[in-house]
Amino acid sequence: MLNLALEAGRTHTPEAVLFWFLAPLAVAAALGMLLVKKAVHSALLLAWVMISLAIIYIAQDALFLGIVQIVVYTGAVMMLFLFILMLVGVDSSDSLKETIKGQRPAIIFVSIGLIGLFLSLLGRATIGVPAIGLTKANADGNVQGLASELFTKYVWAFEVVSALLITAALGAMVLAHSQKTKSKFQQRDLSIARFRGKSLATAAGLPSSGVFARHNAVDVPALLPDGSPSKLSISQTLDARGDMIESKIFELEAREVEED
Amino acid sequence: MSTSQLLGTDPGWIILVKGLIVFVFCVLCTLLAIWAERRVVARMQMRLGPNRVGKFGLLQSLADGVKLALKEDLIPKAADRIVFVIAPVISATTCFISFAVIPMTGRVSLFGHKTAMQLTDLPVGVLYVLAAASVGVYGIVLAGWSSGSTYPLLGGLRSSAQVISYEVAMGLSLVAVFIYAGSMSTSEIVAAQHHWWYAVVLFPSFVIYAISMVGETNRAPFDLAEAEGELVGGFHTEYSSLKFALFFLAEYVNIVGVSALATTLFLGGYHALPGLSFTENWLGGWFTMVWFVAKIAFFFFFFIWLRGTLPRMRYDQFMKFGWKVLIPFSLAWIMIVSTLRVMSQRGTSRAIIVAFTAGVVLLILLISTLFESSQKRAEKRDALGDVPPPSFPVPDLARFTHSELEQRNV
Repeated sequence: MLNLALEAGRTHTPEAVLFWFLAPLAVAAALGMLLVKKAVHSALLLAWVMISLAIIYIAQDALFLGIVQIVVYTGAVMMLFLFILMLVGVDSSDSLKETIKGQRPAIIFVSIGLIGLFLSLLGRATIGVPAIGLTKANADGNVQGLASELFTKYVWAFEVVSALLITAALGAMVLAHSQKTKSKFQQRDLSIARFRGKSLATAAGLPSSGVFARHNAVDVPALLPDGSPSKLSISQTLDARGDMIESKIFELEAREVEED
Repeated sequence: MSTSQLLGTDPGWIILVKGLIVFVFCVLCTLLAIWAERRVVARMQMRLGPNRVGKFGLLQSLADGVKLALKEDLIPKAADRIVFVIAPVISATTCFISFAVIPMTGRVSLFGHKTAMQLTDLPVGVLYVLAAASVGVYGIVLAGWSSGSTYPLLGGLRSSAQVISYEVAMGLSLVAVFIYAGSMSTSEIVAAQHHWWYAVVLFPSFVIYAISMVGETNRAPFDLAEAEGELVGGFHTEYSSLKFALFFLAEYVNIVGVSALATTLFLGGYHALPGLSFTENWLGGWFTMVWFVAKIAFFFFFFIWLRGTLPRMRYDQFMKFGWKVLIPFSLAWIMIVSTLRVMSQRGTSRAIIVAFTAGVVLLILLISTLFESSQKRAEKRDALGDVPPPSFPVPDLARFTHSELEQRNV
């Protein structure tokens, strides 16, 4: 039995080369993930850690696990992370100020618990359990072996995890959902509303900025025939913020020209 | 001897040669594809297209490539420099690696060595292609983010949402193929289609794959990530010179890639059309590559045709279509396929299978009828009551006679 375990535990040269090439890179990336300032860089380094782990899995004959790790975690989960980070802000970096009281001790406590859990798992998988070797484990094919384990021995755990995930997804939806009190104005409704209004002056749309003015930027209002600025031609937000620029400052100084 | 065993005997130098062939194949395909697309779209729009450089303008893409490479390479001030440079590299490398598992020919001899024109044969080959594609999207998303500019960011956001949604539908459409072939290895799926192509047997899966592959490659009518009418150039607005060329290359290699996967999974791979199987032995088996390329060309023509025909979809309609139509439909289809598969494996009598199929068809009809009637009711409810239709400020044309109108025009 011991012989077999040794046989299974021996590493072949190409695998060793791969490991010593990938492992330092993965560890460096994992450290970098904690140390870099920008959230997107951190996410990228995490993606790299995932991919290098996947390659190590594949080298250890866990082909399905490696590929699925890339498809599911790198391809879908990390992509969602990136999506959120990009929505939050292009160059927002994390502030190190503690916003929730007692968060740090709680995190340390939970981390220690998690490490303990992993250690106990590792111990249960290695100590006192004879290694049967990859060839034997993959005798019916890697995917088939995994499937038969997953859907017979571990079917309960599998179902519980899926129920947990669905509950989480539903919870997120409930939290994010808001009941609409009135139906949303669609393009069609807006178009009809323009014609139903008292005046048809804006039926063809609002005037664009900068018409008859000296500058056509979005914050320069169009000029009416009498030379006064038309507030309709610029965004209401700009008007409210007072970011409107008068066309006058762009005008040439007519008198000086005449004098010359 | 199965293909994977055959490939297992390859010496290192044969693998290198094959890798080179795959690379050259992809690049040549890209050059020809760009030319073909411009010519075919031109033809559809009653133009001539590029016809100056080389015979029929064949060298146009080469000339454009040289011109692109010689242009000034700009990096915006607000860009994240490292990510900005890495993004096109990710795009352009991942698109090639999915070709490693695509079987291009049957058994052939390469420099006197018996092998098959396929770099490697993994038991989970198709998933490997999906993995490569999902890493490839990072290129687009990061390009959008790192440009430090609004339009690219919007393009990157759109692209990430788009790819996540359409990859689900794509993966589900492949499940039916796995169930029928009993394998996820590309060469075994090709072998399993010896009698019937899966495009026929699993027609709904084929349709779902064909739709989602357009979404996956960011091509018209699903090219929302680079919608030039809305986002200037989308994720690659800020890119120029060789970096832009890399994105361009990646887009076309990706198109060839998804077409090659569709060929492998649904159109019998490198096998000849039914009734022409005697051609597979021509040129010592290398003629199968002609069939493979012909099938890819068919898909590519489909891509061009779509671009020439359909307007771009609106973003919300596109997402709604993916999540509310494609995915539920694929799930239902997988249920039906797996039931039928188990029935036929257990040797259930034909009568029961026919009865099951008829039941499914009846159920679909019932659901669609109920859906339609509920939609009609909703339409009635939303209809504008007794308000007269809006009157638009146009002159009453009926008042004028024809000659009067002509006079006014003058």
